[in-house]
Amino acid sequence: MTINGYVQILLYLVLLLLLAWPLGIYMARIYGETVPGFVRWLAPVERVLYRLSGVRPEVDMPWTRYAFAALTFNLVGTLVVYALQRLQAVLPLNPQAMANVTPDLAFNTAVSFATNTNWQSYGGESTLSYLVQMVGLTVQNFLSAATGMAVLVALLRGFTRKEARGVGNFWVDMTRSTLYVLLPLSLMLALALISQGVTQTFAPYSTAKMLQAVTYDNPVNDANGQPLKNAKGEPVTEKKITQEQSLAVGPVASQVAIKQLGTNGGGFFNVNSAHPFENPTPLSNILEMLAILLIPAALCFTLGHFVGDRRQGHAILAAMSIVLVALLALCVGAEQSGNPLFDRLGVATQASDTSPGGNMEGKEVRFGIVNAALWATVTTAASNGSVNAMHDSFTPLGGIVPMGLIQLGEVIFGGVGSGLYGMILFALVAVFVAGLMIGRTPEYLGKKIEAFEMKMAAVAILTPCLAALIGTAAGVVSPAGVAGIANPGIHGFSEILYAFSSASNNNGSAFAGLSANTPFYNAALGVAMLFGRFWVIVPVLAVAGSLAAKKTIPTSAGTLPTHTPLFVTLLIGTVIIVGALTFLPALALGPIVEHVTMISGQ
Amino acid sequence: MLRELKPALLLLTLFTLLTGLLYPALVTALAQLAFPEAAQGSLLRGGHGEVVGSALIGQPFSAARYFWGRLSATTPQPYNAASSGGSNLGPLNPALRDAVSARIAALKESDPKQTQPIPVDLVTSSGSGLDPHISPAAAQWQLPRVARERGIPEPELRALVAQHTAGRTFGVLGEARVNVLTLNLALDQRSGRP
Repeated sequence: MTINGYVQILLYLVLLLLLAWPLGIYMARIYGETVPGFVRWLAPVERVLYRLSGVRPEVDMPWTRYAFAALTFNLVGTLVVYALQRLQAVLPLNPQAMANVTPDLAFNTAVSFATNTNWQSYGGESTLSYLVQMVGLTVQNFLSAATGMAVLVALLRGFTRKEARGVGNFWVDMTRSTLYVLLPLSLMLALALISQGVTQTFAPYSTAKMLQAVTYDNPVNDANGQPLKNAKGEPVTEKKITQEQSLAVGPVASQVAIKQLGTNGGGFFNVNSAHPFENPTPLSNILEMLAILLIPAALCFTLGHFVGDRRQGHAILAAMSIVLVALLALCVGAEQSGNPLFDRLGVATQASDTSPGGNMEGKEVRFGIVNAALWATVTTAASNGSVNAMHDSFTPLGGIVPMGLIQLGEVIFGGVGSGLYGMILFALVAVFVAGLMIGRTPEYLGKKIEAFEMKMAAVAILTPCLAALIGTAAGVVSPAGVAGIANPGIHGFSEILYAFSSASNNNGSAFAGLSANTPFYNAALGVAMLFGRFWVIVPVLAVAGSLAAKKTIPTSAGTLPTHTPLFVTLLIGTVIIVGALTFLPALALGPIVEHVTMISGQ
Repeated sequence: MLRELKPALLLLTLFTLLTGLLYPALVTALAQLAFPEAAQGSLLRGGHGEVVGSALIGQPFSAARYFWGRLSATTPQPYNAASSGGSNLGPLNPALRDAVSARIAALKESDPKQTQPIPVDLVTSSGSGLDPHISPAAAQWQLPRVARERGIPEPELRALVAQHTAGRTFGVLGEARVNVLTLNLALDQRSGRP
């Protein structure tokens, strides 16, 4: 790796921590009794929202009611996004006259956005109207993120409250997350992105007359609009020549800002943030990358302030950062080493100040290798899933990093809210295991951890693993699953494994060669997303309710301290062991064999 | 569950107005005031005001008198800016080997005298299929050919390429890059073509 590569990565990490720290403290105050003075002008808006919707903010909900509120809200949201897609042809703000979306794709997309996954079976600029992008997708980008943050806050209250019935009010936590955190940050980021060239317009696509005409093979359709095939089953094409280029634009910046900040990741365009109109410059790139991890990192500081012991937040942040940096090094190293094929063909792959070198297949010149690998690592550490390069074309070890980070359960930073509540569950498992080893009663943040919490933690940790593995198995044994594979051999298996890992852990990135817009994948991945989201949220809220009802136990000589390097090691070990035990066999069949094949030169 | 239905429906409606209509409309209004060119897609216009492309979106070039950009895997035609897409070819896919080999052959045929190794970005597909840039090394590799085809002295062409080269942002971020479309536009304008 070049010196510049180290500098770029160090700069990113330093900026991230510098920005996350104040934001974390700010968020701790947002979820407290009174909001900070400089945003109090938003308080009347908040009150109006409650009054119009009949919410009584002073009501303290038991965990069951909190969960029902969250589930109802997400269900209604899913239905609205589904309906909007099914009706988009007759709705306004559809300048490209997009047709109604098919039922399976509409289901997949609706679930995808309501679960904060943002898996893209759709190709934005060729499938969805401006109205659906704004009123459907952008809205869920905000609200699914706010749901995750609300659930986290409920869990934190479980630790701070003593013998309490309630864990807070879902409507208040969700509203405050949106109004005081997500909206202002999105507004600022959107404007910064537009200054770099991200488009923001309601105008239809413009047509350019290119400098040079292009000749290409155009697929021929039959009378029913289906692709025509010859006797061998190959698509029939005709030679066409054109000098026109249709430039897809739209209200992009407003959506890109929240899709990065809310760890959503669903792009306005098919190729997401690799598209020059979604991510035009190195500056927009670092802003978008910072936005991916900003809130998940900040919430660690929020935790410290919430429980009155900042060291607790720092310990979790340290555990997350150590895993992130280790895997980042692997990814950058593998991509910069590149594909031996290129060297065999005599191509210049050495990195220098005038050439990015390495494995440039599927990557953009303005970002080069370092920023593509850095983005791939942070977008899968967080459950963001946006991409600025095609993960499917990564080298095997470069690709194992994003896939592995997803399979660790999206707890290395993870989604907004969801990453930290997932990590807290792993912390419960860690103190429980430690307690068993040394014969002490397990406790975390002043609460005794007992059988009920462990059962719920096990359900929440294992359900996404189960959905990922069962889904992959179904994909590789069914003809409909195998039909979607784009790359032959080992890599095809990796495509399916990545897809179900991504959906089950609500990441949303893909080995995108897989043809996922089929009834099989739309349905199967949709179900995996639902399991991966709500079979975690409900157990987490159950833990919150159970903890809130308990007494606080004072720290004693028998308490295992949870802010020490020893505990950080223990926590990392727990996350890695659970992830490795679950997925190592599958990874061995996919990227690991592929790597061995690649370096043996076959 | 039913008693939560009313706030769920009403709050969803209100937040749809706030985050789905008001927020994008506000961003659009501010964008049109502050960055009208960028918000529309950084369009480039020819002599008669007609749109000839976007400074941020690449175009396909195959003629020897132009600098060539990255390979593009968009369908059905390359650089289809209405349907972005990468090749998604895995590292061991024979199709990747074929595509890279074919590109190497085409480049070598375009300039048999050029014996330097070809920079990797010039033989691989971009992620978006719309990458407007190549590396300075990739421009340098093509420079003798374009200079010969256009009858421009190499130092003069090198200076023109430098004008369309951007370094790393703040000297640190991203990679140095040459904008192929604006460079080729400048070449056409210089030789008086439309």
